[in-house]
Amino acid sequence: MNTNDKNHNLSVELGKIHLRNPTMLASGILGISQSIFERLYHENIGGIVTKSISVNPMKGYPNPTVIPLGGGSYLNAVGLSNPGVNAFSKELSQNKTIPIIISLVGSSEKEFSKMVKIFDTLNILGYEINLSCPHVSKMGMEVGDDPEAVNKIVKTVRMNTTNPISVKVGVGSIDVVELARVALDAGANMITAINTLRAMSIDVETMMPILSNRIGGLSGNAIKPIGIRCVYEISKKLEAPVIGCGGVSSWKDVIEYMIAGASAVQIGSVLGSTGPRIFNQITKELKNYVEKKGLRNISEIIGIAHKY
Amino acid sequence: MHTNIDKRRIVRIEETISETPTVKTLVFKDDLSYTAKPGQFLMIWIPRIEEIPMSVMINSKDGYAAVTIRKSGIGSTALFNRKKGDLIGLRGPYGNKFVLKKSYQNILIIGGGTGLVPLLRLASYACKKKIKATIVLGARTKREVFFEKIARKITEKSDSTFLVCTDDGSYGIKGTTVSMMSSLIRENIFDCVFTCGPELMMKGVVGLATENSIPVQASLERYMKCGIGICGSCCLDSLLVCQDGTVFNGRQLSKILDFGISYRDKDGQKINYA
Repeated sequence: MNTNDKNHNLSVELGKIHLRNPTMLASGILGISQSIFERLYHENIGGIVTKSISVNPMKGYPNPTVIPLGGGSYLNAVGLSNPGVNAFSKELSQNKTIPIIISLVGSSEKEFSKMVKIFDTLNILGYEINLSCPHVSKMGMEVGDDPEAVNKIVKTVRMNTTNPISVKVGVGSIDVVELARVALDAGANMITAINTLRAMSIDVETMMPILSNRIGGLSGNAIKPIGIRCVYEISKKLEAPVIGCGGVSSWKDVIEYMIAGASAVQIGSVLGSTGPRIFNQITKELKNYVEKKGLRNISEIIGIAHKY
Repeated sequence: MHTNIDKRRIVRIEETISETPTVKTLVFKDDLSYTAKPGQFLMIWIPRIEEIPMSVMINSKDGYAAVTIRKSGIGSTALFNRKKGDLIGLRGPYGNKFVLKKSYQNILIIGGGTGLVPLLRLASYACKKKIKATIVLGARTKREVFFEKIARKITEKSDSTFLVCTDDGSYGIKGTTVSMMSSLIRENIFDCVFTCGPELMMKGVVGLATENSIPVQASLERYMKCGIGICGSCCLDSLLVCQDGTVFNGRQLSKILDFGISYRDKDGQKINYA
């Protein structure tokens, strides 16, 4: 641990991964540009998860793809748009110090092994496998709802890398704890919970679905209590570190997720109203909380809710 | 948190104005758009087809605003084809604005094509504040000159001037906006240059202003999915056109390596300007 880090009492460990604080960028948000990652790092972010990358570039769905619903909630069906493994590895090729976790998405074991072989040559912290995107066929949730497919994909990634692996799970047709168990048994090191939830919004004036894909994923404030529940259940029943995600917009939400059992917490949709400076603000406020509560390190609160 | 600008409004197109065979202005009533700042944009929903960012055009009627579309892609062509009475959705206006400092007395405004949209709103504000504005509209050829009437109306009751230049000399003064600017700055002292239009034109304007130590502001355009700082599609280096822009000043632009060089495609890959 770097004791010169002025935020040393915020540092957390995710297995082999050390983060200077528990705030992370959630996958899918601002995740395609090294310059943006550097800006986020200057805003004191703990770690960055990239957009989900596939073997080939994906244009995603036509707009509307992201809808602000009000009340700090959002609906999106971006359709996993991303530049593909080759362009993205070039984007990150100069990375030296930014703590980056690459999110991977694919529909076959072969695709995952190909990507990991390329990305393993870069300076990265590890991978997050997206098995829970709720709105793209043959990818994400359709894989996540099939335990045998999850087992095979995680095993494949495990065989091809020594880097830490997190598996991002969501609320699908399989119990989230069971899915996490399958992923960990197959060689994942940790779990990210949760992804967006399948949802829809219709305009009453035109009587038409707003998203071009009609159905998308709900994020933001509305899903936070579900995320808290999932993190609580997974961390209570399984041994591995859990990264909380879903509806985090303030330091209180970060703390709530950590008390539920999260070792780090991802932040995403709120950037639609605050911009990247939210990370600097939250880490300052986390530091105040840690000092006020007399904690030596923020990780002391992880999973305290399990006692009750 | 959620603000009312995020709330989608469905508006009826009340008037269409054909500017050229490929450029059209759609007029609608919307208070938030009426009070939009120069440089801000709306996310325009064309139901079941697309949602695209559009700069907010001024309209002479209280409570009204407009968008001016050049048809090119699927979204802009669909919007172009909308008729009077059709419904479109709006959210926004989003983004920052052109800054008119109190000390400004004489400004130069340089627009290319539909890039004149935010600049006319700016010119209208400037003229109301008794700031002298020289507006230069650049086009390739006579057929592509539009907004002349509205620009003349904005400038007629002030000491501002409106100039047109065409690359081929078929209308107005022969020459590019940058060559016009070059002669104008030799004969006048401008407090600031404001520009919007094709990015390579803006690159030229910003470069010339910077060489001559004239403050400059440019409104940039990029592909966007969200318009609110989530998707990252509109990034120029570490800046987001939707949240940090659309207006950037000369100091910011001098550090942006992507400016006039590249943009991101729908899949996020960098594409170089030809």
